[in-house]
Amino acid sequence: MNLEEIVKSLHLKVKYGEGILNVDVRGGYVGDLLSDVMANSHKGDLLITRQIHQNIVAVASLNELVGIVLVQGAEPAAETLEKAAKEKIPLLVADLPAFEVAGRIYRMLETPETQPM
Amino acid sequence: MIRAFRCDLHVHTCLSPCADLDIFPRALVGKALLEKLDVIAVCDHNASENVPYVIRAARGSGLTVLPGMEITSREEVHLVAIFDSLSPLQKIQELVYRHLPGKNDEERFGCQAIVNELDEVEGFNERLLIGATELSLDELVQNVHSLGGIAVAAHIERESFGVMGQLGFVDPAIPFDAMEISGISGSAGARKRYPELARYPFVESSDAHRVGEIGQRCTGIYLEEATVSELKMAFAGCEGRYIVCC
Repeated sequence: MNLEEIVKSLHLKVKYGEGILNVDVRGGYVGDLLSDVMANSHKGDLLITRQIHQNIVAVASLNELVGIVLVQGAEPAAETLEKAAKEKIPLLVADLPAFEVAGRIYRMLETPETQPM
Repeated sequence: MIRAFRCDLHVHTCLSPCADLDIFPRALVGKALLEKLDVIAVCDHNASENVPYVIRAARGSGLTVLPGMEITSREEVHLVAIFDSLSPLQKIQELVYRHLPGKNDEERFGCQAIVNELDEVEGFNERLLIGATELSLDELVQNVHSLGGIAVAAHIERESFGVMGQLGFVDPAIPFDAMEISGISGSAGARKRYPELARYPFVESSDAHRVGEIGQRCTGIYLEEATVSELKMAFAGCEGRYIVCC
């Protein structure tokens, strides 16, 4: 599943990442505790979080995550946005809560429209 | 004689990965003196290798340097621990290192430089200092207290890594000595925002990660001398010791 399709489908605000959204999302991880995200997220995952601290970008970069979705309309801290641009990690904002964001993305990954029935 | 001490009880050095490299011991002390501070507590993230050097850099200057650490709990809440001497700090350090997994990635998280009082680089801390310990907030406060230190809930008003942001409220069973405010609303703003915390003393600290931030927030505290036991009395507001601006 392409990140751009997820952005369109969930009407995510692109805080950083215009032009680099053409990446493959293999899975996702939901978490606000960075130690947990660091230990358990995998390469190719999209991080869904309410944590706005700049360390989310460092962790995403370290684990080779394809992007970050902040939920509940959370505004990223200024340094977080700067760091996202530096590390080239797409930083997106959803108005929906984490439960719904994760649910919708999960459904998209499980049953992509292009998949033959 | 009891007098007012200008205290900034939470400053970092270049050992913290998220701090600037120019906040090395001598620069830190120079700026603290310029800001007319009487007391600083040096509190790097989960580490303390630069504390002895800051103490040496301040020797003879009149500035009191209290050994401290900003410890990350299992819940990812930041706790400021402050001691009178290096020996209890060393003990808490050993505990923290036994429970702090991971190695630093300098490219992503930042450099962790150990710098002496002559501005010479002594080495680099290779542990993952931005990480969280496997110790609960409760356990950490207990350990700090049993070593004779003060346990302050760091930057409570901040959305990330403050006790309110991470846990939603302050558990009255955890005996914090004080709440730290480091945001622009100051302690007056925080008093209005958190009426439920009325029973805790509030201190304002800079949480400086850059030289220019040192002393930008500080607390006037009436003490006889700058020690942990005097600070405890001031937090309790007893025997003529008290906090001024909160």
